[in-house]
Amino acid sequence: MAWVNAVVQGILLGGLYALFACGLSIVFGVMRIVNLAHGDFAVLAAFLAYSVADATGLGPFWAGVIVIPVLAAVGYLLQRVLLQRSLGVGPLATLLATFGLSVIIQNVLLQTYSADARALDIGRLASASLRISGQLSISYLALITFVLAVVVLVGLQLYLSRTRTGRMLRASSDDPEAARLVGADSRHLYGIATSIAFATVALAGVMFAMRSSFDPSIGPTRLIFAFEAVVIGGLGSLWGTLVGGMVLGLAQTVAGQFDPALTLLAGHVIFLAVLAFRPQGLIPARST
Amino acid sequence: MSSRERPLDRTTDAPGAELLSLTGISKRFGKVLVADRLQLRVGDGEAVGIVGPNGAGKTTLFSMVSGDVAPDDGEIVFGGRTVTRLGAAARCRLGVGRTYQVPRPFENMTVFENVLVAAQYGAGVRGRAAADLALAVLDQTGLLPIANRHAGALTLLQRKRLELARALGGQPRLLLLDEVAGGLTDPEVEELAGIIAALRASGLTIVWIEHVVHVLVRSVDRLLCLAGGAFIADGSPEEVLRDDTVREVYLGGGPELTAVDTAGPGEVAP
Repeated sequence: MAWVNAVVQGILLGGLYALFACGLSIVFGVMRIVNLAHGDFAVLAAFLAYSVADATGLGPFWAGVIVIPVLAAVGYLLQRVLLQRSLGVGPLATLLATFGLSVIIQNVLLQTYSADARALDIGRLASASLRISGQLSISYLALITFVLAVVVLVGLQLYLSRTRTGRMLRASSDDPEAARLVGADSRHLYGIATSIAFATVALAGVMFAMRSSFDPSIGPTRLIFAFEAVVIGGLGSLWGTLVGGMVLGLAQTVAGQFDPALTLLAGHVIFLAVLAFRPQGLIPARST
Repeated sequence: MSSRERPLDRTTDAPGAELLSLTGISKRFGKVLVADRLQLRVGDGEAVGIVGPNGAGKTTLFSMVSGDVAPDDGEIVFGGRTVTRLGAAARCRLGVGRTYQVPRPFENMTVFENVLVAAQYGAGVRGRAAADLALAVLDQTGLLPIANRHAGALTLLQRKRLELARALGGQPRLLLLDEVAGGLTDPEVEELAGIIAALRASGLTIVWIEHVVHVLVRSVDRLLCLAGGAFIADGSPEEVLRDDTVREVYLGGGPELTAVDTAGPGEVAP
């Protein structure tokens, strides 16, 4: 029964990883930018939600509702003002720009909030769980996070396949020059892609902050998990990202059953195995 | 599709008015001069063919008209508006449609979606009307039976047709065709030529770069020869192909080439 529990917890944790990963996947898919500050923006969203909750007395969920559109706006501006310029210089410039952002965000957060660990207080929900048997219980928070992740990924998939802007994002991802030739304003389009990515990473950051404590330095670890979920699932495929997140979560919780020290290592090993034996990922883009 | 059906109210010039003009266009890639003070006037409704040896600057000329490449010098006027500094997307929305020599479909999208994005963004049509426009263009280009196929899975002929269909989806006033017949078999070339003839009959202005000269000469009103970044001949197709300089630099001279303009579909010019 402990194993069943590990599997269930792993799948639920995978939802959170997928939520972290989908923004990274979109930004890379549409603009070929690897956003090294992705994890730090999640942490920034968590701190902003903390401050909003602190200042207004709103619950963390409502604080999240405020922070998500703020991050979406930040994403749009950042793309138009900073990343668009670095795109013109070349791929290395975008890496340097986002790496610089990562350093700046971490230090600003450190300066503003100190290195102390914080948590978003969600009261009784933090420990409330659905008890299925003596050994298997599902935390409501983990379940909510998982459901949110699935809703976001399904919504994004529908957005990309059914809407005018979504279709043009895919076209632009295939061939940006040809997309301009059929009338796409790529700067605005890229801004939209980044704002969607930032909205999802803000949601991921807030949900993460409800389940774990956080401090200004944890961004890069979030980035690595997100990156691993994207690669395991297959670049450019949102279903793949969901599966990649779940595989990563499963590997961590199942290995944790053997020895808690193996938790992180197992995730990295699965990631390396996929890179070595199935570099296109478990569910590559064309099958969507 | 007649111009009356165009949902966008683009300024329509009087018949025979100038649609595109290039004045003193120069472009240099490193040491290579690909456009040397080019002059070109294309009237509304005219069909113009361009021939020239490889490396003459034909494709670069198109890139400068479509906005993919900025000229170093000179002015481009389209539909009475100076567009020299305008990007490719804005020029597309004004009515410049272009096909690439090597087709570049959006491979992870269906044939229908490829044309639909052009209709929505290029022609600025929304909702149901955009889908209708895309379907009409697919019908016109013979792609309707494979509308739901992934563009990445198409044959060369289908890709060339899709390239044409995507350009038409943007409802252009000017269509730039870059070697749409290249690499195709003769029956395939004839099919494409038939589609283009119908477009021309509907009043669309066409500039067509082509090495398959026998198809080109019966599809255009006027023929130009581009060599070394400059037009060395401009006139009726017969005149230009008889021109000594043209035969020298492009056709390579030789008496047998006078037959090019009367050649059947089975022959392809060098």
